[in-house]
Amino acid sequence: MKRLAPLALAAGLAACATSGTGNETASASKPDKEWTTPTGQDGNEPFPSTYRPYPGRPTALVGATVFDGKGGRIDNGTVLFRDGEVVAIGDASLSTDGYDRVDAAGKYVTPGIIDIHSHLGDYPSPSVDAHSDGNEATSPTTPEVWAEHSIWPQDPGFSRALANGGVTSLQILPGSANLMGGRSSTIKNVPARTVQGMKFPGAPYGFKMACGENPKRVYGGRGRMPSTRMGNFAVNRQTWLDARAYAEGDREKRDLAKETLVGVLDGDILVHNHCYRADEMALVMDMAKEMGYKVSAFHHAVEAYKIGDLLRENGVCSAIWADWYGFKMEAYDGILENAAYLQREDACVVIHSDDANGIQRLNQEAAKAQAAGRRAGIDIPDATVISWITLNPAKAMGIDAMTGSLEPGKMADVVLWNGDPLSVYSRPEKVWIDGALMYDSMDRKRRPVSDFELGQPGEGDVK
Amino acid sequence: MKRLLALAASAIALSASPLSAQDFVIANATLATGDGSEPIENGVVIVDDGKVVYAGPMSGAGSFETDSVTDVKGAWVTPGLFATVTTLGLWDVGAVSESNDTRAGGSPFNAALDVSRAINPDSQHIKIHRAAGVTRAATVLTNTGSIFGGQGTVIDLGADADPVTTPRAFQVVHLGENGARLAGGSRAATYAEFANALREARDFANGRWDAESAMLTRADAEALVPVVNGRQKLYVAVERASDIRAVLGLMREYRSLDLVLVGASEGWLVADEIAAAGVPVIADGLDDLPRSFEELASTQSNVGRMAAAGVKVAINASAMENPRNLNQYAGNLVALTRVPGAGGLSWGQAFAAISSVPAEISRLGGRAGSLVPGAAGDIVIWDGDPLEVGSVPTQVYIDGVAQPLENHQSRLRDRYRDLDESDLPKAFDW
Repeated sequence: MKRLAPLALAAGLAACATSGTGNETASASKPDKEWTTPTGQDGNEPFPSTYRPYPGRPTALVGATVFDGKGGRIDNGTVLFRDGEVVAIGDASLSTDGYDRVDAAGKYVTPGIIDIHSHLGDYPSPSVDAHSDGNEATSPTTPEVWAEHSIWPQDPGFSRALANGGVTSLQILPGSANLMGGRSSTIKNVPARTVQGMKFPGAPYGFKMACGENPKRVYGGRGRMPSTRMGNFAVNRQTWLDARAYAEGDREKRDLAKETLVGVLDGDILVHNHCYRADEMALVMDMAKEMGYKVSAFHHAVEAYKIGDLLRENGVCSAIWADWYGFKMEAYDGILENAAYLQREDACVVIHSDDANGIQRLNQEAAKAQAAGRRAGIDIPDATVISWITLNPAKAMGIDAMTGSLEPGKMADVVLWNGDPLSVYSRPEKVWIDGALMYDSMDRKRRPVSDFELGQPGEGDVK
Repeated sequence: MKRLLALAASAIALSASPLSAQDFVIANATLATGDGSEPIENGVVIVDDGKVVYAGPMSGAGSFETDSVTDVKGAWVTPGLFATVTTLGLWDVGAVSESNDTRAGGSPFNAALDVSRAINPDSQHIKIHRAAGVTRAATVLTNTGSIFGGQGTVIDLGADADPVTTPRAFQVVHLGENGARLAGGSRAATYAEFANALREARDFANGRWDAESAMLTRADAEALVPVVNGRQKLYVAVERASDIRAVLGLMREYRSLDLVLVGASEGWLVADEIAAAGVPVIADGLDDLPRSFEELASTQSNVGRMAAAGVKVAINASAMENPRNLNQYAGNLVALTRVPGAGGLSWGQAFAAISSVPAEISRLGGRAGSLVPGAAGDIVIWDGDPLEVGSVPTQVYIDGVAQPLENHQSRLRDRYRDLDESDLPKAFDW
């Protein structure tokens, strides 16, 4: 594990500072580094991914409108993938010899959709107390907990996100009761018997933080610190200072909480900070500078549009809803133009769900945000809007070298839509994950049914 | 007709200023009347004295004298959306309890609770939903201390001091899991409480109610009188197929009840029985998760399958983040017609499920939610297909009055069109 010295260098990692407006075509980024995996007591990585791609056929999608996820669009395009990887994308001149041809004329192809903010599995359906595993709300800071230990792989929500939303990867976060909620888990949206079977191989851990109303309400309500926003910052700063002291020490006595914090300071773990208000986001960015870490994305950044310039300069993404507002004081200034105003400033936009229903319609949420921008005089191309739910979340999650766009060598995470994905009238027709066909609306059996649903009313329905 | 055509040329100039006139003509519309039919091209809407006189093809418009003709150049024109089961007008910020009148769990009263005086027509949510094309809504509490949720009010979202269309339009009762919890822990307790309440209400109506032995407060017993005699609708919140059957059974036991099912996630499993009973449903449009054990069979095909069985179905606004997404939900039900094995709705059916059907359920059939002669002039001109994501109104009329579409959100939108503070802070940018 690296020491504190190279902290400043880590600041550039996983930033999507220059995602930019329009059709910027950055080449497939190679990982700046292999993400450092944690080391368990036995010297091995604890809970390592056992995910293996399912078998697929060499497939050519022919004749579709292709959005590559990084701002590019090809009409009458061809997408080739085999052995789990994208081989090529191009126009109709691309040879499809050796591939199963899928006639996609009149249809659309995008990368697999990525949700940067989900609680599937740790707040699964049915939503009963026995399943409430998302908030370790027993201390204002719990950096030691890992969301993957709460995820129930049988949550039927995963299949709905796949079938209706085309979601192929997602980040499961702890909830926002705590200032520091613990480690997130990035998973591939495949049915599996174990969490390890879903874990995205090579993905870095994320770290959930929350500012604002939630932590002060939860702990203030119990008569303990923090009960105010100033309390939030005091507890955060002291916790970071203690982590730095731990990092500079011999680390002989293991401390799971501090190991996570040091992972953040080392740039190996990416901070996902629940934060609504513009003024508060600015304070958090200053705290991050002071302590030597970087915020990868603000989540629920309802007021991000007020500080798009600041977010761009700091290279921080804003993960937002299209139109949620008003449900609490810090959400009172939510506007539909949030995403478009951020894009106007060349700041990084991610559309997220935080919701087992919303995750099924991220494409529609992106379209709503685009339409609001258009009315405000900001015309954002469809191909850029698709990057809000593909490459941009991948960047903020540190998996953009592997997925998030259709580029040779990347994972063949692909959605074939039966119409324009930015229209309410369209649905995923087929979804591939690492080149394996995991959902096919035309094939009743190519639809996952979780253990929980077996023998229940509605089993195997289209849902 | 001659006069109408002659006036068409002046349409642009007239539409530049807000129209307050209560007689006007909207011409050249892609017109959906809300009755379940498909949209028609070159449609005309004629409004006189705040009410619809005619809506249909230009060819059938006849003649009408007016100073106000708007040529919308093919834009979509529809009745205003009717959002049913909302909390519009009852709160400002959800988590700020002082501003939130949607819950009354601490009140000694339940069925008697009546939101008609609690509505704030200046609420930002009313303004924001008006700008989203919602012109009427049924508003009710979300939580009380008993299985009875109180009396809901139908409101209009017009920019005036009088929001109430129909006070005390319906009573709500919670059966299923929620009702069981409120009644003492079991569905068995729910039905005992329900039966007792109806009995006390009958006694009250007959002058035999005895305060000494009663479990209801006087006000609650009195409030349930119009329910037991069928003058007031009873909205029954219920999800599970077996619970729906139990509710339909209540109709045989209490013949005068005028029931509406709300939620009904498993309605498709008993769609034929619901249709046979003639009970309309305000259904959760897109629920497809087994969120609870009473919703195991949830599917987005629920609405389409019930409609196919002949059930009158409206989309429940309370099952979405906010009611302005009604049109998105309806559009999704159209999308399902293209998914093999799924049950969806035609465009006309889907639009009816957020306009005329909820109006009919609220006993405003022919008076709201549709553009038929005699209906209120609740009319929306859209910037695109109203069921498509991102489409919004360019003009909204309520009772024939052109409405302002400004609100807190639109003001923030305008203030932050740029981040320029070189001259003065944003606080001066208004």
